[in-house]
Formats: sequence, C-alpha cells, structure tokens
Amino acid sequence: MSAGNGSAHGSESVKVAINNLSFYYGKFKALKNITLPLYRNKVTAFIGPSGCGKSTLLRVLNRIYEMYPNQYAEGEVLLDGENILDRGLDVTLLRAKVGMVFQKPTPFPMTIFDNIAFGVQLYENHPKSELDGRVELALRRAALWDEVKDKLHASGMSLSGGQQQRLCIARSVAIKPELMLFDEPCSALDPISTAKIEELIAELSEDYTIAIVTHNMQQASRVSDYSAFMFLGELVEFDVTEKLFTTPSNKQTENYITGRFG
Amino acid sequence: MNRSRYARRRRRSTVFMGLSIAATLFGLGWLGMILGALLYQGFSGLDISVFTKSTPPPAAAGGLLNAIVGSLLMVFFAVAIGTPVGLMAGTYLGEYGRHGRLGFVVRFLNDILLSAPSIVLGLFIYDAMVLTMGHFSAWAGGVALATIVIPVVVRTTENILLLIPNTLREAAAALGAGHSIIIRQITWRAARAGIITGLLLAVARISGETAPLLFTALNNQFFSLDPNGPMASLPVSIFQMAMSPYADWHRLAWSGALLITMAVLILSITARAVESRSEQ
Repeated sequence: MSAGNGSAHGSESVKVAINNLSFYYGKFKALKNITLPLYRNKVTAFIGPSGCGKSTLLRVLNRIYEMYPNQYAEGEVLLDGENILDRGLDVTLLRAKVGMVFQKPTPFPMTIFDNIAFGVQLYENHPKSELDGRVELALRRAALWDEVKDKLHASGMSLSGGQQQRLCIARSVAIKPELMLFDEPCSALDPISTAKIEELIAELSEDYTIAIVTHNMQQASRVSDYSAFMFLGELVEFDVTEKLFTTPSNKQTENYITGRFG
Repeated sequence: MNRSRYARRRRRSTVFMGLSIAATLFGLGWLGMILGALLYQGFSGLDISVFTKSTPPPAAAGGLLNAIVGSLLMVFFAVAIGTPVGLMAGTYLGEYGRHGRLGFVVRFLNDILLSAPSIVLGLFIYDAMVLTMGHFSAWAGGVALATIVIPVVVRTTENILLLIPNTLREAAAALGAGHSIIIRQITWRAARAGIITGLLLAVARISGETAPLLFTALNNQFFSLDPNGPMASLPVSIFQMAMSPYADWHRLAWSGALLITMAVLILSITARAVESRSEQ
C-alpha cells in the first residue's frame, strides 16, 4: 500500500489527516487502521466494491454515526490539527464545518427557501432581507437559482430528483462548511443531472475540500484529484487519481479498475 | 398439458372466488341492514327540536341538546388532555426510546392500555376521581375518554415517526441540528398528516363510547355547562332512552344514534382525505 505523503504529492497542504482509524459496528470491524490525508481544496474520491467501508469512512468525518447505538471509531482524525474524535468536541460545531450530501436527495418537508434557511438559522441571526441574500447566494452556488427563483415558496419536494440533490448541496453550502462529503451523490440521478452535479463539485473544490464516495469509476476519474481504493475495510491504495487509474501499483487495484472483480 | 388438471384448477378457482364473494356479501348485508334501520328510524324522528330542546320527561316532546353539548364538551376535554400526552409519549417511543429498555416497557404498557376494555378504564376513573371528589362530573368523563385517546395517539404517532426515513434525520443532523430541533421542525412536519389522522380516528372512537361515561359523567336530564357536575352525553342518553318503555324516547335514541354515526362517518372521511392529500 502506498499511503500518500508530502514527498510523493508535492506541496499540497493537508486539510484532514486520518491516522490509524478503525471503526466498529458492534463487534464487526468495518474499517481497519486507515491512514490517509485529504488535501486542501482538492477532491478525493473513494472507490471500492459495496461494503468495503467507503461510506463508513465518510460517516466518521462528521460523526453522524453517533446517531446510532453500538457504533464507534478508534484512532485519530485531525481536521486542521484538531482531533474530531475527541469526546469533548462539540459535534454541532464540527457539523457546521463539515457538510454532507447523501445518496438519496433529502429535501426537508418545507419550502425551497426554508430548506436553505433552516441550516443558516441554526447558527446565525439574520434579518429577513439578509436571509434572502444568503438563500440566493447558496442557490446560485449550487447552480439552482435560475430554475427556482420564481418558486422559492413551493415545497422542496416538488423539485425533480436532480434539482432536489442540488438543493441539498445548496443547503450544505449555505452554512459555509470547510469540508464537504458526498456519499454517492449521483447514484439516484439521470446522466444529465449527474453531469451538472459533477460540474458543481469541480467548481466547489475551489473553495472547499471535498471527499466523494462513488461506485462509478469514470466519475471518480472525472471529478477527483486523488483517489483511494478500499477493499474489505482496508485502504489498498491511495494516490493521485491519474496515476491510480493508469498505473496502479497494487494488483488488487488494477483488477478492480479494469473490471476483473468487484 | 393435462386438460383435466387444468379444468380442476379452474373449478377450484371458481369455487374459491364464489366463497369469498358470499362471505363479503354476508358481512355487507348485515351492515346494510343496520345502516338502513338507523337511517329510516333516525330520520323519522329527526326534527329541529332534537337540536334545541333537552331531555324531556317521559311522554313529552323534547330533544338531545344537553346530550349533544355534553358529548362535544367531554370529547373536547379528552382531546385537550390526550393529544399532548399521547403526542409526546409517541415521540419518545419513535425518536428517543426506540431501542431502550424504558421504550420497551412503555410500548408494552401502551399496548395493554390500547386493548383494555373501556369499562375497566371507566371504573378506574370512577375510583380515582369520582370517589375522591365525592360526585360525578364531566371532568371525570373527559379524563376517562382521554385514557382511550392517549394509547391511540401514542401508537399512531410512533408508527408514523418510524415511517419517516432516517436519511431525513441524518440530513438535518449533518447540518448540525440537535435532536429536538430535528423532531420539532423536520420529523413532526413530515408526520403531520399521519398524526392528525390518528387523532381524528381517536375522536371517532370515543364519540360512541358509553361504558367509560356511565359512572364518571353519569347523565343529566337538564342542560348543563358545569364540568364539575354530572353531564349528559349522546351514548349514555341513547342507552337510557333505548332501555325505557316510552316510544318518544325510543325515537330520540334512534336520532341520537344517527347523529353519532354521521359524526363518525364525517371524521373517517376527513381522516382519509387528510391522508390521501399528504400522499400526493
């Protein structure tokens, strides 16, 4: 395995350092001693067959797993040097810094406007006029503004699947996170919506550090700067995307990306 | 293909379908007769005085005003008490106590309460309220009905909350929302139609309950708005009048039965409408 390090990848700065991370669902060990960096303002893709632990890894980064009993993580995840697995850490503040977009679009049962305002109002007091601006900005950022500007007070559920997913991205962007997690964001979408989301991810990486889980290897190669191949809870290979997809150093990686297994 | 085997299959299918239809018709037939008798008898005694006059002395003209108002009042008490208690307990079961030991115990007790005969609930309130207060009262009647409302609301609230996909809660949590904000602003909103439906069905259920009112609110010949004293209600009035030997009272009992049935029918249809509107 070749875990990325400073010398191999030039002068990138590390936003998140995952050190020796293990994760358990009860007694089942779903992640085994994972170590890798997420570089600032870069897109890192996680690929691998179902059940390899890539979504689990994402769910550690905002500690969303804590909503369920019997799930716990061991090791260290440093976000700008601060260990987010610390018991004393305020999860709410962590989640303000780490946004997440899920596999299935999850608009809240409220208007498009309120979907965005919901998150903003968790953290900030805004007069109505300023809130309008924040909502517009977020929707523009998610390339959704032109499609919804005339129906901001329609239900978020009335949008199409691809629009709903961009609404979820806008909702996340609105609270100005530093790290954004995408858990198979396109697996429920048609090719046109998928292309829009991919375009968006590329744009967002100018401002955010991004981690994306995907089953689609073309997608990984299109959107990411770095890729990590995982198998059965282990990190098999982590490298610059171009290198991982053209000249992987591990046989298992090669087999997977050429479609010989998984 | 074996022709005789196929013929046998078709014969069996026809017999089975015939039996199903017969059973349905048998059940619907009785229901039709009940409704027919109710409509015929109920409408023949229904006039304006049913709504404007109170229980008459035997063999005199009168109406059901005191019983209608009493029923409305006590159902209102029951809903006012039962909704917050049931909603919060159901929310506990569906959101906080899903896997916990306390949740298991509460769920089990609620199931028992749900299937408890209503006369037992009435007896309990008689013992707890009527005996301690020293007299029958509409308060006691309302509380007795609330003990029926609570388990229904708890059960429907929990069931609806369990239907709300976890992805919705996760999405809100991922924005940094705490559990109580998620419940109040997201899951309750998503569950609203279901919770309202459950409440309407609970109201329909208690509007016809007689047993819990018999020895709590008792009955009252006269119009009364005093919740601290005995109060008439439609089911108890129907019971009393139907058991009497007077033809006038029989007619009033039929009219009362028709009124209750219509109210329940309207509530059920409203509940259906709320449900189907939320599905769109």
